[in-house]
Amino acid sequence: MADVAEILEGRGIAICAGSGGVGKTTTSAALAAGLAARGQKVAVLTIDPAKRLADSLGLKELENEPRQVDPSLFEGAGVEMRGELWAMMLDAKATFDDLVQKHAPDAETRDRILQNQIYRQISNALAGSQEYMAMEKLFEIHQEGRYDFLVLDTPPSRNALDFLDAPKRLTQFIEGRSMQVFMKPTGLATKVVGRGSSMMFGVLKRLTGLDLLTDLSEFFQAFSGMVEGFTERAKRVSELLSDPATTFLVVCGPQGEPIEEAVYFHRKLVEAKLPVGGVIVNRVHYETEADLEGGEVEDELGGLLEDELARRVAENFADYQALAQRDARNIDHLARELNAKRVIRVPYLDEDVHDLEGLLEINRYLFATEEQREALAASGAG
Amino acid sequence: MPDLLDKRLVFVTGKGGVGKSTLAISLGLAGAARGKRTIVCEVASQENASRVFKKGEVGFHEVEVADNLWAISIDPDESLREYLLLQLKVRAMRDLLVRSRIFNYLAAATPGLKELVTIGKIWELAQPDRKVKKASGYDLVIVDAPATGHGIGFLSTPRTFADIARVGPIHSQAKELDRFITDHETTGVTIVAIPEEMPVNESAHLERELTEKVGMSVDRVYMNALYPERFSSDEAGKLERALDDSEGAAKAAIRAALSEYRRANSQRDQLERLKQAVSTPVKALPFIFKPTLDVEELRWLSGAAG
Repeated sequence: MADVAEILEGRGIAICAGSGGVGKTTTSAALAAGLAARGQKVAVLTIDPAKRLADSLGLKELENEPRQVDPSLFEGAGVEMRGELWAMMLDAKATFDDLVQKHAPDAETRDRILQNQIYRQISNALAGSQEYMAMEKLFEIHQEGRYDFLVLDTPPSRNALDFLDAPKRLTQFIEGRSMQVFMKPTGLATKVVGRGSSMMFGVLKRLTGLDLLTDLSEFFQAFSGMVEGFTERAKRVSELLSDPATTFLVVCGPQGEPIEEAVYFHRKLVEAKLPVGGVIVNRVHYETEADLEGGEVEDELGGLLEDELARRVAENFADYQALAQRDARNIDHLARELNAKRVIRVPYLDEDVHDLEGLLEINRYLFATEEQREALAASGAG
Repeated sequence: MPDLLDKRLVFVTGKGGVGKSTLAISLGLAGAARGKRTIVCEVASQENASRVFKKGEVGFHEVEVADNLWAISIDPDESLREYLLLQLKVRAMRDLLVRSRIFNYLAAATPGLKELVTIGKIWELAQPDRKVKKASGYDLVIVDAPATGHGIGFLSTPRTFADIARVGPIHSQAKELDRFITDHETTGVTIVAIPEEMPVNESAHLERELTEKVGMSVDRVYMNALYPERFSSDEAGKLERALDDSEGAAKAAIRAALSEYRRANSQRDQLERLKQAVSTPVKALPFIFKPTLDVEELRWLSGAAG
């Protein structure tokens, strides 16, 4: 097991991935803050930070472009800021609109697309478009080359595939062969697939009504001039993701289900030949080394506290230890599945993390070695 | 308005990782315990219900997992096939369509179609007079809905679809789905939160969006996994003082108690924030100190939740 600095050494991009509710945003922000404090110029692209977290970074309105976090905030919290921390919040729709703007051959086509019903649905709601736009934005900022390091917080996908398949799904949709069908609806029957499809179109029209087909057809026609640009870009985004300077960090929680999801996610990343740095497990109940039975703990507490309180303290401790044992078992399982690839444990802190101090607290664990982490947890720094 | 479990259809929503699936199954158990023929629907092939009840994967089948309780994992492709058959009535015609390459591209390309047919299947399950041949009706259908971001998109699909397809059968069916899920007499929604900053914020946001954008009525908000208040502030003071004199296991135990005290406290603040932030009654459910939640724990939870 190692510390996160080792994983990030020599890289330029870290992508935090995982299912919802496991602390991805906090982890991303903490990683970025840690790297910045150590001297790099870092930008973190987040999806939806807690308002109080954004507030505590002095970023009242996070925009679709990075803004610098005031370094004096760190100094106020007792941390020397040797680099720069920049933060932005992804606006998927705005990013998609920019992309259309960039690739449209002329203003008329651009407006036709931006106003098309189907486009408006896709840019808002097509499964995977938020995921793809996150990668797109990452690519754009990386192209500009203004930062030493980029940290990407990913949308809470329902499962790993939503995220990994996003570029593919989007280009498939946009270049979709269905488009050609739509562009020449009259020539379709003879040219493309023979007799079956004209009947198919009839059936389809009966089901959907003509409007939907017309809208789709219009959309595809407007998009047709941009397909090449889009496809090319998607290819380059994919290349950036599999670049050796990129590293994926899977973020998860210590309970059975999140651990299984992390194992699954990790496997999918490896299968997709994407570079995986390790897994960060948040909210871990650390085991205490003293392994006394409940009764003995109560005896030991007896001299310090009145009996009834000692009993309740011991009871609480037993409950806590049961969770700690579960977490340890699950993390062992994770480490085995990952072939002992790097697993970083961040303890369950007493307070919910939503300010700079909390981030810095998490930072101490992320950038500590495993021994230091054990010591930190045992000293009750958590 | 009828009580939550007296509705026909209940959506369980909330931020990722707050225990929606656990609560959906618990509410299912609560419905079944009241003698209702109940089914729990999953929409993202998580197979949580089959895991909890130690059954093989249920897939796109209605499988009885406990007394009066069924489970199904709704697959959009299967739902679409079933829908097409119901519409076209002729299996050969349906198969012609499903086998066609163009149709498959189209189906994949049409935004929201997967969500629409999934909600269509949920609607079908909730009909007293089922459309699927030889299928029996349910008194209560519980849906483990997608997490917040996807959840709003998911539930507003019928409405959006009715707008995109301005005429034709899909238009009228989408309208019917929208009418059904926004009918407060038949359809309910609950939001699940946990006592942390983001889930509380998202719950308030979700309540607003569900009410304003989708037109649903939120019946209840659950504050899940709330730590018990095991120690008073007086006792916390005593524990602080005893900490320095202690060592080994006693020190670790006192530290764990102080942690519990601080968490329970900050969680009470979040509970207050939630109550302030939403206009629906909030029901708190305790954190269960068990390494895993099995049927026994869920039965207990169903009593507290229902």
